Amino acid sequence: MLYREAGQFKTTYRADQAVFPIRQDFIGIIAILAVLFVVVPLTFNDFWLKSIMIPTLIFALAAIGLNLLTGYAGQLSLGTGGFMGVGAYACYKLATIFPDVNILIHIFLSGFFAAGVGFIFGLPSLRIKGFYLAVATLASQFFLEWAFGRIAWLYNYNDSGAIEVPTRTLFGVPITSATAAPVTQYLIVLAIVVLLTWVASNLVRGRFGRAWMAVRDMDIAAELIGIRLLPTKLMAFAISSYYAGVAGALMVFMWLGAAEVESFDINVSFQLLFMVIIGGLGSLLGCFLGAAFIWNLPIFLRAVPEMFGTHVNAATVEHIQFMIVGGLIVFFLIVEPNGLARMWAVAKEKLRRWPFPY
Amino acid sequence: MGGLLYNVFIDPFMQMGSAPDLLLQVLWEGFVSGTLYALIALGFVLIFKASGVFNFAQGIMVVFGALSLVGLIALGVPAILAIVMCIGIMAALAYSVEKLVLRPLVNQEPIILFMATIGLNFFLIGLGELVFGGEPKVMPTEQLGLPTGSWDFDVLGGLVIIQQLDVAAAAVACTLVAGLAIFFNKTRIGRALRAVADDHQAALSVGISLNQIWRIVWFSAGIVALATGIMWGARSDVSFALSIVALKALPVLILGGFTSIPGAIVGGLIIGFGEKIAEFYWGPLVGGSIESWFPYFLALIFLLFRPQGLFGEKIIDRV
Repeated sequence: MLYREAGQFKTTYRADQAVFPIRQDFIGIIAILAVLFVVVPLTFNDFWLKSIMIPTLIFALAAIGLNLLTGYAGQLSLGTGGFMGVGAYACYKLATIFPDVNILIHIFLSGFFAAGVGFIFGLPSLRIKGFYLAVATLASQFFLEWAFGRIAWLYNYNDSGAIEVPTRTLFGVPITSATAAPVTQYLIVLAIVVLLTWVASNLVRGRFGRAWMAVRDMDIAAELIGIRLLPTKLMAFAISSYYAGVAGALMVFMWLGAAEVESFDINVSFQLLFMVIIGGLGSLLGCFLGAAFIWNLPIFLRAVPEMFGTHVNAATVEHIQFMIVGGLIVFFLIVEPNGLARMWAVAKEKLRRWPFPY
Repeated sequence: MGGLLYNVFIDPFMQMGSAPDLLLQVLWEGFVSGTLYALIALGFVLIFKASGVFNFAQGIMVVFGALSLVGLIALGVPAILAIVMCIGIMAALAYSVEKLVLRPLVNQEPIILFMATIGLNFFLIGLGELVFGGEPKVMPTEQLGLPTGSWDFDVLGGLVIIQQLDVAAAAVACTLVAGLAIFFNKTRIGRALRAVADDHQAALSVGISLNQIWRIVWFSAGIVALATGIMWGARSDVSFALSIVALKALPVLILGGFTSIPGAIVGGLIIGFGEKIAEFYWGPLVGGSIESWFPYFLALIFLLFRPQGLFGEKIIDRV
């Protein structure tokens, strides 16, 4: 009933390959965007924006990066946190070296540095795959962590070893550091995430995406139909790292305000991998669902005891939270190994027939 | 430029030559950490061979085993009884992992099983911290009868200090490996394990119970983890930091091959020696602490030449 696409005819392949082949999807996205751009900034308070909406969007962006690599191109990576760090440190260096250039340009540029690093660490993927490649990406993770901590030039030789975000403005309104209002930061993050998601959705439908999927499904067959593995895999690494890099820059400049090595450690990489797997490998929607789920679950779990008026000490809550997150991951993998996005697809299929299933 | 080349290619070897006692000490350190890596890698290999599961939680099983032991002894349980109880805990863990995680996920993609073990990893961290507390603990070496002294040797005009504990750890490692080798080659269950490792379906068709085999391998990996935990915990404190150290078992596996027990031992030793020597002689050139990433690079370079590992099976899934 809700999803009845009767009467929507496609007469060309082009129309069939559109971003939203069904009109309801298009209307739905417009509605969601309207809520995100208009209703949320007007109604949500700073806590909601700062600790739920902004991080969810940023992690979703990083998860898209990882999903392009792991879900679409089939290359397992445990180094996304490191690539986010490259973006963040690159953006910090750019912002301090060229203070007059607009910070948004820096954020987009910093992704290219991450892409370059990702390209280099993607080179082993030509020889190896699967878990062996995962270990290779772990090498990048630990090397980058070490570099962020040891190369003083990266954090401008300050004593704390952390990067502090300078205040930058857009049209006279401060958008970074503590002086910026969460609403402005939220809108900027949202705009960038929407833009890059749109780019990603076109990428995966286009030549690159189809080549990636061919390599993922069977690399030898992909080679036989004329896909060159070398550029395809390296492109996946570079683009994936670009997304991670921009997400890292956003994370520091639009959310945390300051960062050190621990902000990009191996746990971040794992968290992102969880988001992608729980959300759904090979699905952009899944990245958002996974990010929202994994990021907000601990916040929700912290809030539960307070709802019932009982006070449990913070350490216990954290331990139980670890157990629940771990347990839920196993549970989700058992119930739906294809992730939340697959659940949504099933629901959509049901909605098409509702209320008259046959 | 010449200075740099000298610092990288000549000076470290000059240092080695001029102070051989120091080199021996560094090698010994490498041997000790290599033993630890080898033991963790051994747990990985056991499970990977029999079930094809890349068990990310092996590191936390080590911590979990050690923590249970420390916790039980702190409660006043005699050491021998505590060890027996810990073995019981490991058996319970193996049983529930097989029942609750592996069995429902049978026939899934390897990456899904890998993710499930990461989930298990988090669960065990939470459970361990909830039950035993998150702060580092000291392993009661006296109750366990572990030697704590050290031997000083005069070698090559210098002093080499060897902790007796490390010798004990190496001895335990050797015993474990020998025991496992006998178990795998001489017993009925061992043969069944090897059959499962070769081909699941063929093993099923001759009447080997996969579920039972899985329980056994997870249990034996648990025993290995417990032994590792005791030895490692006696050297430094028992804390969850080991779960990151345990990741170094991955380059070890690449070096030794994912399915080879001797490979895990040799790989562990190579990584151990390699990282300590690199840290001591080349580390200062780039600011130190390179042992956090050096093993991975060593493994990467190795991969380029021998992707199946030192002792791995010849057929390997690669491009």
